[in-house]
Amino acid sequence: MADLTQVLAAEVPLSWYLILSVILFVIGAAGFLIRRNIITVFMCIELMLNAVNLSFIAFSHMLKNVDGHIYSFFVMVVAAAEAAVGLAIILTVFKNRATLEIDEVSSLKL
Amino acid sequence: MDVVLFLVFAAIAVGCALNLVLQTHPISSALSLIGVMGSLAVLYLLLGGEFLAAVQLIVYAGAIMVLFVFVIMLLNAGSEKRPSKKVLRTAVALPLLFTLAGVAAYIMATQVPRTEAVRFGGFTAGPYEVGRALFTTWLLPFEVTSILILIAILGAVVLARKEI
Repeated sequence: MADLTQVLAAEVPLSWYLILSVILFVIGAAGFLIRRNIITVFMCIELMLNAVNLSFIAFSHMLKNVDGHIYSFFVMVVAAAEAAVGLAIILTVFKNRATLEIDEVSSLKL
Repeated sequence: MDVVLFLVFAAIAVGCALNLVLQTHPISSALSLIGVMGSLAVLYLLLGGEFLAAVQLIVYAGAIMVLFVFVIMLLNAGSEKRPSKKVLRTAVALPLLFTLAGVAAYIMATQVPRTEAVRFGGFTAGPYEVGRALFTTWLLPFEVTSILILIAILGAVVLARKEI
């Protein structure tokens, strides 16, 4: 019973949050490389942005400073703008090529 | 209680992230991403980011993901048929990525002081603190952001025209 109380009262080490952030970022990067659907690739980018936000907020808690929250807020704003433009680009690509596979959209490749 | 909440929601976040990458249908991936964002909002609350947790749910899990789901529905995107042809790239990249994860996690575990612990309520950044910083120290970046959003709106309008 004493063990349970100890566990419930324990504090989470800051490094756990940072390691979680690393894991999420790597999963996002792996998905970016192995997925072929352009929308899924885009969602993996959002996952990586979220992972970085988590480490910003964790460091903000460590430094007892609100600046990390502001950075994270700006990342969210840029992600929203990026989603709007990116999805418009995906719509245009689909209208012209009738495909969502990234391998088929390679006109810019040398 | 903190440890239990952290472990539960970290597990949900990692599970949903893996599901995002492993599912072949974009709708399943989008729903998994909403799961990741929801559990990250809880972790933000544990870290004292009350305002950011609310913004995460409203803007990210709400607005941005609705946009994604809307586009998936609009394009009637199906699941991926064939596996990727970029076998070599995947075979090189994945071990490198896992090495990166291992090294980064090792650095985090050893270099961050062990005394640094997250206690719920130890630091709180609600709307008051964030707003105060945003409109004093960070006023210029905030205003520049509005120009960025204006450009994004114009870009989306131009791209969505019929002729392109």
